Amino acid sequence: MAGTKISIADVTHLARLANLPLDEERKKILVDQIATVYEYVDTLEKTDTSAVPETNQVAGLTNVWREDELDESRMLTQSQALQNAKITANGYFVVPAVLE
Amino acid sequence: MLLDRQITELLAGYRDGSIDPVLVIEEAYANIKAHSQNLNTLISVVDKEKALKELSLLDKNLPLYGIPYVLKDSYVTPEIRTTCASKLLDDYVSPYSATVHQKLKNAGAILLAKGNQDAWGHGASTENSDYGMGKNPYDPERVVGGSSGGPAAAVALRMCSFAIGEDTGGSIRNPAAWNNILGLRVTYGRVSRYGCVAYASSMDTVGPFAKSAEDLAVVLGIIAGLDKYDATSSPEPVPDYAKAISTPLKKLKIGIADDMFGPGLDSEIAKNTRAFGSVLESMGCQLTSVSLPIAEVALAAYYIIAPSETSSNLARYDAVRYGGTRDLFSQETMRRIMIGSYDLSSGYYDAYYRKALKIRTILIETFKQAFKQCDVILMPENPIMPPKLGDLISDPLANMLADLYNTSVSLIGSPAIVVPSGFHANGLPIGVQLVGQKFEEATLLNLAHAYQAKTSWHLTKPAILEKKV
Amino acid sequence: MTDTKYSPVIGAEIHIELKTKSKMFCGCVNNPFGADKPNIYTCPVCLGLPGALPVPNKKAIEDCLLIGLALNCKIANVSKFDRKHYFYPDLPKGYQISQYDEPFCQNGYLETSQGRVGITRVHMEEDTAKLLHSTLDGKKVTLVDFNRSGVPLVEIVTEPDIKNAEQAKELLKKIRDIVRALGVSDCDMEKGSMRLECNISLTESSSLPPYKVEVKNINSFRYFANSITYEIARQTEILSAGKLPVQETRGYRADTNSTVSQRTKEEAADYRYFPEPDIPPLLFPKAYTESIRARLPLLPSDRISSLVTQGVSQKSAELIAKNESLANLLSEIGAIDASLIAHAANLLVNKKISSRESASTIVDTIRRSNSSRISDPSVLEPIVDKVIKDNKQVVFEYQSGKLGVLGYLMSFVMKETSGKADAKIASELLKKKLK
Repeated sequence: MAGTKISIADVTHLARLANLPLDEERKKILVDQIATVYEYVDTLEKTDTSAVPETNQVAGLTNVWREDELDESRMLTQSQALQNAKITANGYFVVPAVLE
Repeated sequence: MLLDRQITELLAGYRDGSIDPVLVIEEAYANIKAHSQNLNTLISVVDKEKALKELSLLDKNLPLYGIPYVLKDSYVTPEIRTTCASKLLDDYVSPYSATVHQKLKNAGAILLAKGNQDAWGHGASTENSDYGMGKNPYDPERVVGGSSGGPAAAVALRMCSFAIGEDTGGSIRNPAAWNNILGLRVTYGRVSRYGCVAYASSMDTVGPFAKSAEDLAVVLGIIAGLDKYDATSSPEPVPDYAKAISTPLKKLKIGIADDMFGPGLDSEIAKNTRAFGSVLESMGCQLTSVSLPIAEVALAAYYIIAPSETSSNLARYDAVRYGGTRDLFSQETMRRIMIGSYDLSSGYYDAYYRKALKIRTILIETFKQAFKQCDVILMPENPIMPPKLGDLISDPLANMLADLYNTSVSLIGSPAIVVPSGFHANGLPIGVQLVGQKFEEATLLNLAHAYQAKTSWHLTKPAILEKKV
Repeated sequence: MTDTKYSPVIGAEIHIELKTKSKMFCGCVNNPFGADKPNIYTCPVCLGLPGALPVPNKKAIEDCLLIGLALNCKIANVSKFDRKHYFYPDLPKGYQISQYDEPFCQNGYLETSQGRVGITRVHMEEDTAKLLHSTLDGKKVTLVDFNRSGVPLVEIVTEPDIKNAEQAKELLKKIRDIVRALGVSDCDMEKGSMRLECNISLTESSSLPPYKVEVKNINSFRYFANSITYEIARQTEILSAGKLPVQETRGYRADTNSTVSQRTKEEAADYRYFPEPDIPPLLFPKAYTESIRARLPLLPSDRISSLVTQGVSQKSAELIAKNESLANLLSEIGAIDASLIAHAANLLVNKKISSRESASTIVDTIRRSNSSRISDPSVLEPIVDKVIKDNKQVVFEYQSGKLGVLGYLMSFVMKETSGKADAKIASELLKKKLK
């Protein structure tokens, strides 16, 4: 859309959607940088795509699937699964309490 | 240097005893020690004793026995950390191995190090790295290129025989040209992506860097092929690339699009690219004009699809099972995540993401028409020469435009090879881009091999290699 | 007590865990409930490690198609997976691989005693990890177990056609019985292999109301019915006061038999759906769909109607349809001699013959008893006459209006014929002669 204007409010909303912690200063820089990108991206409006179908994959494949079998070679032990976590307890990953 | 030699030469020498593989590995480590830290080429280096121990246990008959290589730090390896050049994964050790790594290991090749890169693939310069900005071996005040800058420089600096990079929007092709080596972007699906940290899933490709087309062919023969762990990998049979190299060059039709030679293109690069075409002509190829007025449109579409897919692929970094917190993402990465989230958000999806997917259809059709007139398309690779460190990353638009000739190829999934084609007045190397039809890697390798037989640009090494430490 | 001014508009969302051997997108063990330790059934894919890629489970997809077909859905010709984004510790990739606008199955229905309920869609997705609440070093924490992450989940969404709590229960039972008959899931609510959510609102007219309340945390069909009853009352009160119930998510509380507000649903979550780039699209040509349809076993409803057609009573037919082995036994008996089905059903249901006997043994037993059965009225008549003559007191009682004593007289007829008299014919004769 020509003249895509992304405001600080938009950036705040997007940061929340994308789970990105941003301080006000970073937000301000981002607003300007993002505007630059959209100036370029918005030029796509000039290309007529009304009658054009989408292509979301270029692999050219269909119906790729696997049989319902166990794959021992990739199974991780409990300690492998936990090996990169900062906090674990009794075989579990630990996060601050989430409200349910 | 021993590492000036091609893979087949080294292997022949290992088998007849005329070359000691230990010396090759020691030479590699000497170059690493001499230059990696100054140039920020590598992020993690395998302990030399470990590498030599691994060598000692290998069967001499393996197809890549004892050949040292570097992996871009976006391929997971259980034996050494994988950071993707981001502090967020500073201490991440993968419990599993990327398919490309496993295949090379099974073939007897020896991993020496993980190469520096733009974090998460986000960049065209290796400036966006939390492990130091990658410096160009031909001029350390300039960028090495990206996002696979480290692996490319490692080949140029004889720190390894070949390297594996990753090309989404030009990340193999760009640094290949700026480091005077060859880089191959394969057909989408030719090489398994399993174990490659995803940037833009519909465009990520796994590919090799090397000093010669023959080396690329040898490596490609090992890493290509269907992988049951990657649903987008292709069942297309893998040809004998090494054999294809040595067949005589067919009289190919080489397409050149005048559309590509616009005002944004450095004039010397433009001249160099056309000169390359002339050499092909002298080799028996026929030059022909094709219509590809699509570079800008492709770039714009790429900068919708790639950020969208990366905003999704980076959602898993939530510090629960691994890694640090999301505030560790760089400015550049955060920008791409935000843009991607916007382009996918409800209300905007149609105007951006869906629109870009339609542009992709148009590009596929445009290239299809162009390939009716020719077998291979000759294009410039980079529109500019390597900028000074810090220039590109501080200029989002210039940063985007660096990918101008790359993104169309990425969006349609076709293969492309970058070949050293000469030097700029400023002493820095230039490389051109040859684009092929899907699964025509053999054609591209054959063409590059024939060109290299007629020229010697690729034999030039960075001057710092000659200097005594 | 229902206020007839407002009609309930009720829909159900059912999640079913498939009991495939392996998970939806990887070859890990699919047994989250049976795992004796946390995080022992994981791999790079279901743990969401960097670089991992999903590959779909063919059987899970076909199980989903079976469910869709059993619910009378149309199967898509072209389908795909999509990514559904949100952040939560139980979602390792930060997105769930699910289906958005091209689900495998759409536009189905199920008949109930109170009319047809539409099935909007049946689609596939992957299950999330399990969260447990706990304390660690005095602080409240949440523990995460990825054994369940990536387990294949089928989601069934009904149209808001459900009219009341009773119909809801009937529908849910029907769906559960069908899925169990297909053999693709245990549908055990206690093990979490079947989960329920209810959408309920009230309308005065025939149009859809301008709000919707979602009720979660429903652990049984009975609670589902209860939450409907509670919500109808709660929403009626609000509407009668001239206000509009808040659009929100509520949780069912079994202890107080009520629902409690959880969070407001004012802004629909922005899931940023886009087609899953790591999985190629799925094409289901007609021939393929028909081959799946051919695999449909006889479903409970089909079984019941088939049995009734063959002379079995409705009640017996329903009992039999629920019992897989009994139903199979009857099928086998029918294959030998279809005319015996009703009789066999009667004997089996009333436990006059053991269901552990083989079909052929049962057939023989019935045939023997039938062949020696006295059904010739000319043979029975003298016996009936004799019984009447020998039991004048009972006959007098019958003729005075105590019709129930006919059974007593019948027992004498049976005794005289060593149990071989055809009961129907004997009783007709008795009645005729005692008029």
